[in-house]
Amino acid sequence: MARPTPLQAFSGVPKGTAQNDETPANGEKMTGAQALVRALEDLGVKDVFGIPGGAILPVYDAIKEDTKFRFVLARHEQAAGHAAEGYAVATGRCGVCIVTSGPAATNLVTAIADANMDSIPMIAITGQVGVNAIGTDAFQEADTVGITYPVTKHSYLVTSAQDVPRVVAEAYYIATTGRPGPVVIDLTKTAQTGEMYYTWPQRLVLPGYNPTTEAHGRMLENAAKLFTQSFRPVLYVGGGATRSHASKQIKELADLTGAPVVTTLNARGIIPDSDPKMLGMLGMHGTVAATGAVQRCDLLVAIGARFDDRVTGKLSAFAPTARVIHIDIDPAEIGKNRSVDVPIVGDVATVLDALIPEIRKAQNEYGIHDLKPWWDALNKFRTDYPMSYDRPEDQPTDGTLSPQWVVSQLSKSADPNTIWVSGVGQHQMWASQLVDFEKPNHWISSGGLGTMGYGLPAALGAMVGSQRDHDGSYPVWLIDGDGSFQMTSEELAAATIDGVPVKVAILNNSVYGMVRQWQTLFYGQHYSATILHDGEPDADDAPGESGYVNVPDFVKLAEAYGCVGLRATTKEEALDAIKKANEINDRTVVIDFRVWKDAMVWPMVPAGASNDTVAYREGVHPLDNSEKASEETLSSEGF
Amino acid sequence: MASSTSQSNAKRHTLSVLVENRPGVLARIAGLFARRSFNIDSLTVSPTERPEISRLTVTAHVEQEPLEQIIKQLNKLLHVLKIVELDPDTTVERELVLIKVAADVQNRSDVLELVRMFRAHVIDVNTESLTIEATGSQGKIDALMDLLQHYGVIELVRSGAVAVTRGPKALSDKVVGSEITGR
Repeated sequence: MARPTPLQAFSGVPKGTAQNDETPANGEKMTGAQALVRALEDLGVKDVFGIPGGAILPVYDAIKEDTKFRFVLARHEQAAGHAAEGYAVATGRCGVCIVTSGPAATNLVTAIADANMDSIPMIAITGQVGVNAIGTDAFQEADTVGITYPVTKHSYLVTSAQDVPRVVAEAYYIATTGRPGPVVIDLTKTAQTGEMYYTWPQRLVLPGYNPTTEAHGRMLENAAKLFTQSFRPVLYVGGGATRSHASKQIKELADLTGAPVVTTLNARGIIPDSDPKMLGMLGMHGTVAATGAVQRCDLLVAIGARFDDRVTGKLSAFAPTARVIHIDIDPAEIGKNRSVDVPIVGDVATVLDALIPEIRKAQNEYGIHDLKPWWDALNKFRTDYPMSYDRPEDQPTDGTLSPQWVVSQLSKSADPNTIWVSGVGQHQMWASQLVDFEKPNHWISSGGLGTMGYGLPAALGAMVGSQRDHDGSYPVWLIDGDGSFQMTSEELAAATIDGVPVKVAILNNSVYGMVRQWQTLFYGQHYSATILHDGEPDADDAPGESGYVNVPDFVKLAEAYGCVGLRATTKEEALDAIKKANEINDRTVVIDFRVWKDAMVWPMVPAGASNDTVAYREGVHPLDNSEKASEETLSSEGF
Repeated sequence: MASSTSQSNAKRHTLSVLVENRPGVLARIAGLFARRSFNIDSLTVSPTERPEISRLTVTAHVEQEPLEQIIKQLNKLLHVLKIVELDPDTTVERELVLIKVAADVQNRSDVLELVRMFRAHVIDVNTESLTIEATGSQGKIDALMDLLQHYGVIELVRSGAVAVTRGPKALSDKVVGSEITGR
């Protein structure tokens, strides 16, 4: 056997290693493509998303009537990826998508990056040209593994059919354990068509992968002691707690310590919004109570959260008086942005199960501080600065609907089992602020990467999950924006043809609302390239200044795809449309709500500014009364 | 790769990284340095006493905090088996340099004197040039190069540092079993 050379480290394709020397004595003879399908079946994968193409055809040929998983055909590879993400979040299982080489793989990169940022378990299988064609600029060839290095947890280039089941088993294990994330399997045509001997289960060979799940005992003691010393504790809960299914433990910890809970965007619903300890989301568009709690606390307990800039604002001014306990399964997150007093590496649920008895012990030993003054201050924030949009300046001036009112109505009338999905933009913030979240894993949104167009395909994936786990009885409501929706609206075809009915509320303000909000506040109301002409308030009567009306007409678009399209311009129409949409469960419903384009997301911390400058409304700064706060605009560090 | 970070408390650090000897590993590691904007001074890859393991030696001028972060990020790569920051007090470190000096009949003997003092070797002679091979720690190589500069350096190539700890133990002792060959 030729020895691999050190410089092989440069090359994408193994050379010289005689991989097929040993003939497995047993195992069923089949092709690599068949082995891929069989391995997915043996892993218990039930639903797969994707689009076929030249370099992945053998795999699609191996998907047959009796294949044990359902295949859902997307209309764009990015959407196939987002659908797999939505499915993964809704079900807690690994999302799987299969696409072809080259452009399909590059289309999928956005979804892979999104899954990487939000730690979503996903296996992305891409076709690749034959081994001998690699590096020749062959038709539809792209260096998928090379392109995706920075945005995956791990990736494989499979050159031999015999490797297929082991690689699939390893990929699944890597994607779903430790800090979850996307794993790419780039499957050469050589590996798909080659013959191999299939055996299951496979022995995983992962010497460099040992995620820590259990906490170090000493650290737990230290953390418990800090709890007993604190007068103003806060639990800052992030998406890691959702991924770890730790809502029971979070609730128990909050009840035991009396500490308030604030969450990031991804952890909305980790404990019910109706729980009195829940202060809501913190950060750039968080509640005053949540942001205020973190800024004033003396003990910050970060649980599966990563101190993102949208949460911290100006890092040096974030929670300035707090000691920090950081619980995270990824050691690299600890100390990355904020130095930590007690680092705890481990799975959130496992760590909290071990931490809670330690705290109880410490409380017995050292006693419990009275948190009443702390709660008095927080409750004052809550009553003085509630998360509502009832003030006069929040009301539309052009006769359109208030988008925040629409979201509140959607939340009020929806089935309690509803899975909420959003795109990215103003509507996403309103949804996270105003939807009443009572259950974990019922909120699906692109947090870290902020991918516009995430909504519809993710909703599709979530509904496939609902159909799998709940017989479709958990409805899926997508709250989307007109800009975000247009990025992936082609997936209405998949929703109709594959029988995946979702409910879509488009908050149509005819502009890129979030960008417009920044232009209003920080760029002198110069509305550069943010006007969309897809929902002018007077669109039904006469064309506006541009001469364009309703491009596109979302009602007609929905109907063109075989969906139900509704338009709502008044409150009566809106309530009526919501009622109809809640009653229709066999087809996708799209509601075009015409909303006010100058509606704002409040509260707001300008990007890069200290959280202390949070504005409840323009000029109202609850945490900092000095004049400096209102002068705070976008800093040069802000993005 | 040559430029070092000009941070205030930056010290020179040497990392030894054991990785699986597999295609694309170096690309993953180099990419990680680049996207976390981590400046490295030198990087050397070589096979080890175990054919399934390669060893990277990385030197960089950095402060403690970014260094810790990059070690943690490296640890997240599945092909990385072991990372050790080598303590200069218990480490033997060497670099290799080949220098082509413009030395003619007039000053050749001066250059040869330097070569002798630095225990370097002449590996090629020409009427207009001398090519010198020198090995040693970074400081020694720097000193030699400073002195040769005076005569006119025509061409220069320098390897990254390689380093091992003193004493009888091997870094790869900590990587147990022959798990890797199972592929």
